[in-house]
Amino acid sequence: MNAEVSAPVVAETAPEKKEFWRWQESVWIDETKDWKTAKIITCGIDVGSVSSQAVLVVDGELYGFNSMRTGNNSPDSATNALQGVMDKCGMKLEDIHYVVGTGYGRVNVPFAHKAITEIACHARGANYMGGNSVRTILDMGGQDCKAIHCDEKGKVTNFLMNDKCAAGTGRGMEVISDLMQIPIAELGPRSFDVDVEPSAVSSVCVVFAKSEALGLLKAGYTKNKVIAAYCQAMAERVVSLLERIGVEEGFFITGGIAKNPGVVKRIEKLLGIKAMETKVDSQIAGALGAALFGYTLMSKKAAAA
Amino acid sequence: MIANYGYKDGSGEYYISIDTDKCIGCTAERACLTACPKQMFEIITDDYDDEVAWVKKPNCRTLAYDCADCKPSGGYASLPCITACTPGAIKHSW
Repeated sequence: MNAEVSAPVVAETAPEKKEFWRWQESVWIDETKDWKTAKIITCGIDVGSVSSQAVLVVDGELYGFNSMRTGNNSPDSATNALQGVMDKCGMKLEDIHYVVGTGYGRVNVPFAHKAITEIACHARGANYMGGNSVRTILDMGGQDCKAIHCDEKGKVTNFLMNDKCAAGTGRGMEVISDLMQIPIAELGPRSFDVDVEPSAVSSVCVVFAKSEALGLLKAGYTKNKVIAAYCQAMAERVVSLLERIGVEEGFFITGGIAKNPGVVKRIEKLLGIKAMETKVDSQIAGALGAALFGYTLMSKKAAAA
Repeated sequence: MIANYGYKDGSGEYYISIDTDKCIGCTAERACLTACPKQMFEIITDDYDDEVAWVKKPNCRTLAYDCADCKPSGGYASLPCITACTPGAIKHSW
């Protein structure tokens, strides 16, 4: 008897895993401006735990930016972010007069002249984006959350930061996006598609929230209802931080979560204040503030010379 | 500027607030640096070029444990850092 042993069938390529958490990276240049005629060009690099941004400021005005995902190496992330925006406008590093690094990887920006904390930079960036009436800033970052109060010049007067726990952060939303298998940009709008607003899931920990979300799905919650419960939890979480520093009119949200209406609208409802709107990408506030700090420093230097 | 260092977790809110306006012109000769048994305070130059005290980064995530020995249960009637800071710049939230 001839026994035929067939070789196991191995798929040549594994099925592509869809990355629901992946948010849109972007590069933008203000085509109406010409950087070659500028007196002072400064750059802000915000190397965050999840995203990195490079912003170019030309004579004190926003000129261009690149927002991309942070890699596993802060110096490379900073270089790639800057290269992306410079390629778009034909600029070279030598053309930039001053570079300020910010974010958790700020000390690892190889070409930065100075490092400034993201707290001061977000306040300065929000002041530029929202005007001098901005007083309360909420930065919902990738893995931390900051509540900032500033004056009419964008100078910080009160702040607190929570980077011990990922609850209420962008990473938490990415985890839920993957769990629900819904693209991250759709989470916010879908969270409103519920008959009755559910109560919040555990707002203490992303890990617990994930297991709680799975439990709710098993209990018969729709995906939209689970997302609504998670958005509500995030909102409650950050509002408790904001209340510690005192919330004032002129409320501005920075960071990636500012693009999620499911969280923003719920924060507004809890606070009884509407968040200010901006045409500029909310994710670049830190890098923009850093570039503006650079511009101020260069202007002072030029005036002293 | 009021700088809050600490965190909120499932067990509560743990923040040390430093009023930097009171801290800049310290009249206590930076007594907080030596008063804290865990030596959690450090003088830094902040973003606005002022020399002020802050809580060292690793301690910001462990305040509930780091400060426990100085609370009334540890035998103290008042917190050593707050007592040492005569300008009244330091506050605990818990």
